[in-house]
Amino acid sequence: MSTVATHSRTDTVPDQAGEVILEVRNLVKYFEVGGGFLGGHSAVVKALDGVSFSIRRGETLGLVGESGCGKTTTGRCILMLERPTSGQVIFEGRDLTTLAPAELRAMRRKIQVIFQDPYSSLNPRMTVGQMIAEPIAVHGIVRERKARNERVQELLSVSGLLPSMADRYPHELSGGQRQRVGIARALAMEPSLIVCDEPVSALDVSIQAQIITLLERLQDRYNLTYLFVAHDLSVVRHVSDRVAVMYLGKMAEITDRASLYAEPLHPYTKALLSAVPIPDPVVEAARERTVLIGEVPSPLNPPSGCVFHPRCPIAIDECKRVIPGLKEVRPDHYAACIRL
Amino acid sequence: MENLLEVRHLSTQFATGAGTVRAVDDVSWDVKPGETVALVGESGCGKSVSALSIMRLVAAPAGRITGGQILFKGRDLLTLPDHEMRDIRGKDIAMVFQEPMTSLNPVLTVGRQLTEPCEIHLGMTPDQSRTRAIEILGLVGISDAERRLRQYPHQFSGGMRQRLMIAMSLSCNPALVLADEPTTALDVTIQAQILELMKGLSQRLGAAMLIITHNLGVVARYADRVNVMYAGKIVEQGTAREIYADPRHPYTLGLLRSVPRLDEPKRAKLAPIQGQPPDLTRLPRGCAFEPRCAYSVARCTAEIPPLEAVNGTHRSACWVARELRERAAADAKAAA
Repeated sequence: MSTVATHSRTDTVPDQAGEVILEVRNLVKYFEVGGGFLGGHSAVVKALDGVSFSIRRGETLGLVGESGCGKTTTGRCILMLERPTSGQVIFEGRDLTTLAPAELRAMRRKIQVIFQDPYSSLNPRMTVGQMIAEPIAVHGIVRERKARNERVQELLSVSGLLPSMADRYPHELSGGQRQRVGIARALAMEPSLIVCDEPVSALDVSIQAQIITLLERLQDRYNLTYLFVAHDLSVVRHVSDRVAVMYLGKMAEITDRASLYAEPLHPYTKALLSAVPIPDPVVEAARERTVLIGEVPSPLNPPSGCVFHPRCPIAIDECKRVIPGLKEVRPDHYAACIRL
Repeated sequence: MENLLEVRHLSTQFATGAGTVRAVDDVSWDVKPGETVALVGESGCGKSVSALSIMRLVAAPAGRITGGQILFKGRDLLTLPDHEMRDIRGKDIAMVFQEPMTSLNPVLTVGRQLTEPCEIHLGMTPDQSRTRAIEILGLVGISDAERRLRQYPHQFSGGMRQRLMIAMSLSCNPALVLADEPTTALDVTIQAQILELMKGLSQRLGAAMLIITHNLGVVARYADRVNVMYAGKIVEQGTAREIYADPRHPYTLGLLRSVPRLDEPKRAKLAPIQGQPPDLTRLPRGCAFEPRCAYSVARCTAEIPPLEAVNGTHRSACWVARELRERAAADAKAAA
């Protein structure tokens, strides 16, 4: 039996304990594309256009949306792998966007990332042990070599790998094992926040559940905070305390998990939920479906007014003109839609 | 009803540096006219190779079909001369691939890629095939067809390219469409659009569909019958309702338990299948799933269980298939 079974997660009690560990205020990230040295037209991709949310210590915020909605860019801006065009990323009380490089490096240790693709995020020429030991040495967390190796062994074992795997190279590991190495490497920094960017979507179904279970166990053990970026709404529901839905660089809806899945407010959230097939043919046969028409517009040329209006089943004329702000429609349940 | 496609004891092997991989190992299943059949399983289980074997597109010399029959409308495709197989491919049996960008020709216009099969297979004149192309683009929901025909695949979005692939597959009115992970590369809302489209079209045009996927939700929504594959073999076979309501193979049961579901109260913990998918060059002597199985008995390590009926059309390849429901229920009770 698992020793951590005492921590039960239920639908009814959202974890509201803990102070705010991360606050993202009005985050904007524009990418300039085109142009080039031969001239030509340059254009601006509005990857993030005024995104705000906060995460409390120990909780998991799920960030969902389709490709191009800005969920990965949000994660990268929090990690300061991308400099935001404007806005603030306040982590443990300090605005990361204003820190000097040396200060930022020190803060960065506290924010780690687990990437989607465990095949491309590990160095093929380093052994698993070297990859985990290197950041420990660089940051001077454990200075003595022998102690460092012991630390590596410990990290491997908490991540569900055998200590003997320290000598292996990435190509000798399966996808699930590689993702465990990525997790061990993130844990090595003793972070308080981990950005999980689609951590299971590249894995086989039977392995996904293993990694999710591992992430949950580690969260309990180390009081970790997760920003869980994913497109799979069933997985996000399982892991998250609160969920934020993004569409085309903007926040569409944000609230606790139970409310979002039981009573989604934004028409986009409703359509997303309806699009997810449920693994039960009897349930599926009885289900009503809203299939959205059209595709996600290009962020190079987003629609006027509400960015969702061309696909929205309840859009009115006004939606073409008015940019909806995120408003508290119900207590602690925010949505950006003028029809609510 | 007469079967449209009967796969009988199909075996496909690949010679690799590490040894022979039995990607598909003595597998039998069938498709009736107009129905939707699913092949479900994880990467490496042999589901894609099954489809490629039907089309006789297994890459030689490494891969070859080593045994069995593929009876399409009663004729064994494996014994046909190449030119006859070419007539069937794309005309009677069409294929939709997972990655539309790599399966479309980037240097041919969309129009040419749509008209070519009609001219070759149906003997249409360029004018006729153009009319057909416009008609079929409308059918898959691509508007402004006249202009679209002059464009190239890179000018289409991912969802549009997949619509185009479907349009191409349907252009010659095939009796069977093999769809290999047709929506895996697409976003959730686009995935729903494409699947609705395929289901609607196959009903309207009477084409049977084989959907290859790892997504149990997609299978539940669209398939009439299901074949679950593991390590090159079919481990469970039945109607969708049988498989989901009463799984009789521990692998199927494990898969269903390990995915979170939107319609159920959130479970405290997922129940993952332990271990890793097997190395196909080093399969155990007995059941390939045994090392990961929570219900294995002594016999499982010694003998490979045959696919046998548990109930009418519902078949399972497991020595404990008959007791599985009781044992799983007892387990759930003990865990709670």
